[in-house]
Amino acid sequence: MPSLVDVQSLSKSFALKAQGEAPTRRFKALDNISFTMDRPQRIGLIGPSGSGKSTLLRSLSGLIVGDEGSGPLTVLGRTVQADGRLGAEVRAARADLGMVAQQFNLVGRLSLFTNAALGLLGRIPPLRGLFGLWTAEEKQRVMQALDTVGIADKASQRANTLSGGQQQRGAIARAIVQDARLLLADEPVASLDPVTARKVMELLVHLNEDRGVGVIVTLHQVDYAMKYCDRILALKDGKIVYDGPADGLSADHLSEIYGPEIEQAYWRDPS
Amino acid sequence: MVHPSSPEALQPPRASLPEKLVSWGLWLGFGLLLALSFKGAQMGDLPLLIQKWQNTRAYLNDYLHPDFSDANTVAYYIQQMWITIQVAIWGTLMSVGLAIPFALLCSNNVVPAWIRFPTRRLMDLLRAVNEVVLGTAFLVAVGLGPLAGVLALAVHNTGVLAKLFSEAVEAVDQPPIEGVRATGGTRLQEIVWGVIPQVAPLWTSFALYRFESSVRSATVLGLIGAGGIGYALFQNIDSFNYARVSAIALIIVAAVVLIDLTSAALRKRLV
Repeated sequence: MPSLVDVQSLSKSFALKAQGEAPTRRFKALDNISFTMDRPQRIGLIGPSGSGKSTLLRSLSGLIVGDEGSGPLTVLGRTVQADGRLGAEVRAARADLGMVAQQFNLVGRLSLFTNAALGLLGRIPPLRGLFGLWTAEEKQRVMQALDTVGIADKASQRANTLSGGQQQRGAIARAIVQDARLLLADEPVASLDPVTARKVMELLVHLNEDRGVGVIVTLHQVDYAMKYCDRILALKDGKIVYDGPADGLSADHLSEIYGPEIEQAYWRDPS
Repeated sequence: MVHPSSPEALQPPRASLPEKLVSWGLWLGFGLLLALSFKGAQMGDLPLLIQKWQNTRAYLNDYLHPDFSDANTVAYYIQQMWITIQVAIWGTLMSVGLAIPFALLCSNNVVPAWIRFPTRRLMDLLRAVNEVVLGTAFLVAVGLGPLAGVLALAVHNTGVLAKLFSEAVEAVDQPPIEGVRATGGTRLQEIVWGVIPQVAPLWTSFALYRFESSVRSATVLGLIGAGGIGYALFQNIDSFNYARVSAIALIIVAAVVLIDLTSAALRKRLV
């Protein structure tokens, strides 16, 4: 059984072209990152702004390609990228990966139903996917997924008419339709109110515990990460500075990760 | 969080000397261009417009009595106006069909430079050739009549719409497209599900706008024998029948205003 995720020596740098600086200066967003997920876990990716959390998450689905010389990055045994190039199986790998982003990544002018149905694209013949010819069984699956996240009654509504929390649940429904084995969530609760944020996090726990989906979620709020995740991966300046169980994360670790800005990493949950 | 900053750090940004020189140079160049084209455009004779106003008045006087006396003739003109509108409908529709693939092939977020560059130059060429010139060429191919007008409008508008459509494509939001890509969709599926729903309202608005101007162009195309109201207009000008010319002009104005108002109302609802 291949690992859900296997990342070896992943580095990514971006060229800086700020005014007054030579365009050749490079900023290292990820610096020699390695980690694996062997069984479905809930990994909370934490770290200050600019520490490389989103870059790492986007690299996992091949939306960002690492630097030349980076080791292979595989998802369920399929190579997403290696040595600064996308792997030949990247589309098949993406079909197993659900992606939930801070800005929901839904197509605003399409209905919630169609958005969720797009999760089928990697699983059905391309021509059928191109014209949106879903079978009756697939339509049923989409409705069930929307029901799981509690928004089946909004199926016919345009995505851009839904609230932030509803859109976020729509993105999770798309991942359920996709039958994703791994869910990547990039700041899924950053633009939500605390009550909705809690519902979304509980949904991620449900997918992990009841459906065996591996979850990697970047979070700004350390308390959310500690409450809802069983493993924490902390990044600082593109390097992993902590990788271990959530309950092993001490106040000393946190002040090392966040430095003087530690107070901002907490979002006191009113519950 | 407040950092005490030095007075230097609080200086508002100011343009550097090279930036100022470039800006002055551009204004100077623009001024020179205006001065150089003054003679070529015969702008020195502008006062003639006022000095010879009586000539203008005598000419326009003939137009003050539009001839609507013969009901049959008026019906014929309205029928010809309808033909002109039909020419514009088909010319625009064909150009929309052609412009969609060309627009995608012109967009920097869809295709690489080696496809984009030649396609853009081809579209420049289509746009550069006036409808009347194209119309004369098509008259040779398909003979006198509205079809030559339809083809001329289709070709010219393809060049215009491909440019407008591709500018809309280049301005789309990336996250929804990434959302489709992350499900394992193909490149074509990304365009169909991620790009087109985002640009559809703008494309429709551009197409309606081109339809408005196509009605005006189709009138002019009639002058060279491509059927419709323009042909009737041309015949009456040739026989110095200005009362009829005036009646036709009023029919054209009424039709164009009606179409512009309807189309503007539709466009307002779309965007």
